[in-house]
Amino acid sequence: MGLNAMRLRVQDLILERGGRLLFAGLSFEAAAGEAVIVTGPNGAGKTSLLRALCGFLPAQAGSFALEGGDDQLTVGEQAHYLGHADALKSALTAGENLFFWAAALGGGVSRATVIEALARVGLAHVVDFPVRTLSAGQKRRAALARLLVAHRPLWLLDEPTAALDAASQAAFAAILRERMARGGIIVAATHAPLGIEGAKELRLGAAERAGAF
Amino acid sequence: MTPALALFLREWRIARRIGGGASVGAVFFLIMVAIMPFALGPDLALLARLGPAILWVAALLATLLGLDRLFQADHEDGSLDLMMNGALPLEFVVLIKCAAHWTASALPLVVLSPLFGLMLAMAPKPLALVAASLAAGTPALTMIGAVGAALTVSLRRGGLLLAALALPLTIPVLIFGVAAASAASGGAAPFLTPFLMLCAMSLFAIAAAPFAAAAALRYARE
Repeated sequence: MGLNAMRLRVQDLILERGGRLLFAGLSFEAAAGEAVIVTGPNGAGKTSLLRALCGFLPAQAGSFALEGGDDQLTVGEQAHYLGHADALKSALTAGENLFFWAAALGGGVSRATVIEALARVGLAHVVDFPVRTLSAGQKRRAALARLLVAHRPLWLLDEPTAALDAASQAAFAAILRERMARGGIIVAATHAPLGIEGAKELRLGAAERAGAF
Repeated sequence: MTPALALFLREWRIARRIGGGASVGAVFFLIMVAIMPFALGPDLALLARLGPAILWVAALLATLLGLDRLFQADHEDGSLDLMMNGALPLEFVVLIKCAAHWTASALPLVVLSPLFGLMLAMAPKPLALVAASLAAGTPALTMIGAVGAALTVSLRRGGLLLAALALPLTIPVLIFGVAAASAASGGAAPFLTPFLMLCAMSLFAIAAAPFAAAAALRYARE
């Protein structure tokens, strides 16, 4: 089945963290080419939701699946996960880091792919610089380039635009739009608008917020 | 390039670059061997007899020295999360990381041990046996240490706990290692028997430890 027949389906998900209920009965769907923006106050469970979809956190109840995907693989194995940490080694160059992730995440590995991905996020000039010498925003962009070096149908993004300047945010929005046009599914937790049209919004923790402060 | 080769290269590069810690083990090994003659005194016969044991204890501690960061660094920067959903099974990731760590940190000890053994007034034959026994035994040390490193991956100061967990398990390796190494300098056993036991322990550790370490890493994720 092609990419266009894919659909992420989350049903009645219940998630707890350290004995505290984050949310119960969470259901949503995202078809190929759709984006879901997860919003909510701090501690509402945005990161936990993404990590549960990756398989890092066990769900108390409920199910989620990538319909039309590879039955042999878990949802997490078909997803790019961009967490708070950039997963870059400071001793290695930006190019070496991406080259490794391209291979480790199962992409077609060539130096040209890596340079093209770095050029896409405006980092072509630092390919051979150690990540240690990059700024926080540049590190974040190098982490974003990881999404482009290996093909995975589902993108799970946790605050993807943190530390990015306005121009980089616009460039990343273009990458997201292009990804959606090609039938990718995006689930992004964010406080800032990502600049993509037609995204569904999933609001977490709204009930709890009424009692806060 | 295959994922396995890419991972090995990455680990090797990180270990060899500044701050990577591969040479720390060799320097620690040198310090241990260098201070022993001062502590034991200038009795060359005594030094030569204790030489294999000193080299083995130094190699054991030097091997454990760098292992606490084996998975912790990847855990902290988020790499470990991605590897769990990567192209390689986690058990294989553990095995390759250990192979790279052994090549970068333990192999230099094996190569340097005859040289450092000269400082302990050891004869050529015992020097060769020490190097051979270290080559056969250090893979077991690395793999046992990797299980400890995986168990302490999310602990901020896991180094001491790692040593406390792994050292008791490395004692059989130490016993057979020293027995093999001191066979030519008045040891209790012939060389081959303890040497084959060492090989067996390394093979067993290589086969079993990746599963134990991967299980510990899966348990630690959140």
